Amino acid sequence: MTDKITDWTKGAEAIVYQSCGHCENVQYFHRSFCAACGAPDPVEKRASGAATVYATSLVCRAATPETRTHVPYNIVLVDAAEGFRMMAHGTDDLAIGDKVTASYRPFAGRLVPYFEKTK
Amino acid sequence: MSFITGVGLTSYGKHEGSSSLDLMSKAAELAIADAGLRRSEIDGILCGYSTVSPHIMLATVFAEHFGIQPSYAHAVQVGGATGLAMTMLAHHLVDAGVAKHVLVVGGENRLTGQSRDASIQALAQVGHPDYEVTLGPTIPAYYGLVASRYMHEYGVTQEDLAEFAVLMRAHASTHPGAQFHEPITVADVMASKPVAMPLKLLDCCPVSDGGAAFVVSREPTSAIRVRVRGCAQAHTHQHVTAAPRLSELGAEIAIAKAKAASGVAISDVRYAAVYDSFTITLAMLLEDLGLAGRGEAAARVRAGHFGRDGAMPLNTHGGLLSYGHCGVGGAMAHLVETHLQMTERAGPRQVRDASIALLHGDGGVLSSHVSMFLERVR
Repeated sequence: MTDKITDWTKGAEAIVYQSCGHCENVQYFHRSFCAACGAPDPVEKRASGAATVYATSLVCRAATPETRTHVPYNIVLVDAAEGFRMMAHGTDDLAIGDKVTASYRPFAGRLVPYFEKTK
Repeated sequence: MSFITGVGLTSYGKHEGSSSLDLMSKAAELAIADAGLRRSEIDGILCGYSTVSPHIMLATVFAEHFGIQPSYAHAVQVGGATGLAMTMLAHHLVDAGVAKHVLVVGGENRLTGQSRDASIQALAQVGHPDYEVTLGPTIPAYYGLVASRYMHEYGVTQEDLAEFAVLMRAHASTHPGAQFHEPITVADVMASKPVAMPLKLLDCCPVSDGGAAFVVSREPTSAIRVRVRGCAQAHTHQHVTAAPRLSELGAEIAIAKAKAASGVAISDVRYAAVYDSFTITLAMLLEDLGLAGRGEAAARVRAGHFGRDGAMPLNTHGGLLSYGHCGVGGAMAHLVETHLQMTERAGPRQVRDASIALLHGDGGVLSSHVSMFLERVR
């Protein structure tokens, strides 16, 4: 077994991905095996937080009272420097192709990754 | 071989006081009557799901409620692709001799049975529970992400997308069962409230009550003969985070396999019924299916290509965007309308020639795809 690193989904300021020791595939949704080759125990690694914006959607109509207080908020898909794609929040003015860096912000009672343009 | 022998469709919109089972029953009764069959002749049932009244055995709940005892029954869940996935399964079931007449039914009181927030919240759960749903996305946001990327890669504009909403509304205005009849313009769509940019309120389908059903039979039951020529599926991912690049999405895979299974080419197609949960969905799918070149679907709408009198009439009932979307039944209305067109029963909406039709459904966030060709047999 490899060591587990706590990530933002568990309240820590970290983005964690998995890297397969067998086929070198990287994956963001955590599993006990590599989804590309099936090898067990992919290695957990902490991502640098450097990424490029792939897609954006500014949410102006939310569906719950907790999320409605944050409207509008920008949902983004970013391609991390380490080779995986993830969903996160970002500044409202982000454009596709922007180089961005992760920080963390409270959202609806949790901590979520928040991307801003790299300075 | 298999034939769509009967179709049934309720109006979409508000059906105050009707349960999901009521709406399914109403549509089923219409479809069985249309096929010229008795209830007792239905020996297979496939049904979808109801977000208002979830049940682990909806098909038998429905069968008991409706009063039939089929030899084959279960529910199917593939999101928006469920209707066509059930039709594909029914086709194979009757072809294999498992059943003679399979009733395919979907219906839900999604509008009056729960709050709009509850509907939006229920649908957002197609996202990943840990890595997506926690971020507060909605279904329009998942599709808004796809829209932003598609617009970026192919030079599509918000005004282009608005054309599809205008077209679907124009078609709905001629169908008495549609949820919306008032004409809209591109300017109306552009000025409608932002939901999940670039998608605005009129880029999004409504939440509706309604029901739809059809009967799929091994042999024709009347002179009306609409045959399933061939169909295929593709499932590339569930979550938008895990979606492949735009050029590798499932619609292109499914249509290629359906063409191979049926021997039908896009140039043979005379009528199109394409999933349209959002304007971007319709624009992308038309281009993925080869019904328009990349980035060119909107120009074809403007030129009248997809209108009732155009070269490729599309969703002449008004689609999900304006006929309405009651969940599983939503896209089943596309097949009902296709059947009416193919059998020259569409009244004032009748197109010149619908002898060969292409239907396409999408579930999740472009996750699950079903392509199907239907043919009128004389």
